[in-house]
Amino acid sequence: MVQALVFWLLASVVVASAVMVIVARNPVHSVLWLILAFFNAAGLMISMGAEFLGMILVIVYVGAVAVLFLFVVMMLDIDFEKLRGGFVRNLPLALLVGLVIAAELVLVATAWQMGPLAPAALAAPVAAAPSLTNTQAIGTILYTDYLYAFQAAGLILLVAMIGAIVLTHRTRAGVKRQSVRAQQDRTPESAVSLARPPVGAGVDTEEGVR
Amino acid sequence: MTTDIAASLVIGAPEIMLAAGALFLLLLGTFRGDRALGGLTVGAVILFGLTALTLVDDPPGRQLAWNGLYVADSFSTYLKLLILVGASVSALLALPHLARLQSARFEYPVLLVLATLGMFMLVSANNFIALYVGLELLALASYVLASFHRDNAKSSEAGLKYFVLGALASGLILFGISYVYGFAGAVGFEEVAAALRAGQSTGVLVGLVFILAGLAFKVSAVPFHMWTPDVYEGAPTPVAAFFAAAPKVAAVGLLVRVAIDAFGGMVGQWQQIIVFMSIASMLLGAVGAIGQANLKRLLAYSSINNIGFLLIGLAAATPAGVSAMLFYLAVYMVMTLGAFLVLLAMTDADGRPLERMEDMAGLVQTRPWIATAMAVFMFSLAGIPPLFGFMPKLAIFNAAVDAGLYGLAIAGVLATVIAAFYYLRVVKTMFLDPPASAVVVPQGRFNLAMMVAAAVLVSPLGLLLIGPLTEAGRRAASALF
Repeated sequence: MVQALVFWLLASVVVASAVMVIVARNPVHSVLWLILAFFNAAGLMISMGAEFLGMILVIVYVGAVAVLFLFVVMMLDIDFEKLRGGFVRNLPLALLVGLVIAAELVLVATAWQMGPLAPAALAAPVAAAPSLTNTQAIGTILYTDYLYAFQAAGLILLVAMIGAIVLTHRTRAGVKRQSVRAQQDRTPESAVSLARPPVGAGVDTEEGVR
Repeated sequence: MTTDIAASLVIGAPEIMLAAGALFLLLLGTFRGDRALGGLTVGAVILFGLTALTLVDDPPGRQLAWNGLYVADSFSTYLKLLILVGASVSALLALPHLARLQSARFEYPVLLVLATLGMFMLVSANNFIALYVGLELLALASYVLASFHRDNAKSSEAGLKYFVLGALASGLILFGISYVYGFAGAVGFEEVAAALRAGQSTGVLVGLVFILAGLAFKVSAVPFHMWTPDVYEGAPTPVAAFFAAAPKVAAVGLLVRVAIDAFGGMVGQWQQIIVFMSIASMLLGAVGAIGQANLKRLLAYSSINNIGFLLIGLAAATPAGVSAMLFYLAVYMVMTLGAFLVLLAMTDADGRPLERMEDMAGLVQTRPWIATAMAVFMFSLAGIPPLFGFMPKLAIFNAAVDAGLYGLAIAGVLATVIAAFYYLRVVKTMFLDPPASAVVVPQGRFNLAMMVAAAVLVSPLGLLLIGPLTEAGRRAASALF
């Protein structure tokens, strides 16, 4: 009973916030609605016992992807009103395409049959062990059987980091950086200059200061 | 089956070595800065040499490691040695060029080592997941290398174009893999092959088509070749030389392994696709090159054309066909690297690269040695005896005729004749046209030495190598069948 209640609550919030992503006028609000949708989808996964996937969804999508979206929306100068301009005019076509896709999905789901080649594939790759949470189960496969792919994925991320630095990092002239060494090497002689201006005259800054 | 880490470390020693070496070079580079470029390049070549030492001891049979994701056999060893040669030459030939164009950053050899690691993982992949991670490792490093001259608009464009289309191809491959996994119930090559022996379904066929399309993009076979001329033209010339040599070897090797190992039970299905891609690549590569005025674009079309010839061997789907391909790959790599070395030597007095066809006019009068070397490479690429380039073509056509693919062999011969036109046009421009206004001042002595070595290898003197090369190719091909 509670399960069903939780499901309907989370699911309806997901759908509602997904709709709000599209109809919100302010793109920043769209991203915020998207984050709400992600959170509720994560809740759905957790309520179904896939706590690892749910947490990953929050970390990856809310933590990284949504924040990236926010950056893009705020920093790029895109006229969203213009993008949305032809909405009403294109609505009939969009509805038609949507209907066709929905009909196709229903047809595929009803007509689908298991292919002749997937006999053993349905068996779970890890023997069901009630004491194992699914985080542990994924971990035991990922760090043993797929260690090779896991390490290779690490190297791919390293290449991505090197690439980002190679392609974007440049040393610009005139950037002021803190140099601890230079700060410590300062002596009163090099840092302080005394001037005795005559009465009524100012101090020429160029004279004493480096 | 669980991973026996100790045994896997021994079998996968070449990859471990490259990965550790890349990290070490990266660390060295971050401490020493860009002035370490020369030292790191030499370090990378030494690393490649040490890796080759772990490879030469080639035990017979298949050795599986990392829970069956990785396989080491004679096939992978042969290709890995070729890749090491290609990568070493690409690392060395870049040195004078990078310094000249103010792009001398220490990441170049590091990225090259990581790309090589990706290629190693590709040719040793025994599982679609291992295939995909290897492919991505190679591809990401390649995108960065293509836009290495980031201040040059063309180089950035090449990198972006390569990235967008490469990501699309990766998506196609992943989509295909998901189909194969869904319908065959496995991602390991052996398990897929076993499932196909039990019965075939349309779903696996769909997956096969998508995987082949994605891999065709990686080897730049028609109709997935569009990126090649633009990327070769825009990328820095040393990088283009690298793209034309080592990754091509790896991608072709991977294509062969996937087709024979995983989908060996569906030869009838993929053979049609390969035959089509082969004919289309040969013809389009030959015809498309005719109108090109830029030498890098010309060499790009030449590589498309050569991929077509290579695919003939795969279409035959026989040990003879695959061993002819392996032979072809070795010779093709030397010829292409040689042609790119000539292109790199073509610089004017200010060190700017000369890449246009008219810059080569009358080269024989000003720089007779460079012109002669280029003529050797062009004649060899055209497949004119007694140069070395003729022998692998002959072996490939032989394999096709033995497999009963007469139409394909005839198309190949026709394409050779068409392709000979533009190769010979380069020779004609160098030897018969009046000298161009631009003066060629070659730079980098070591590059010239490598150019001469490549020219000697493809000259009739290189024919002495036929014996060992065919023997190695035959041994490598027998590992697959």
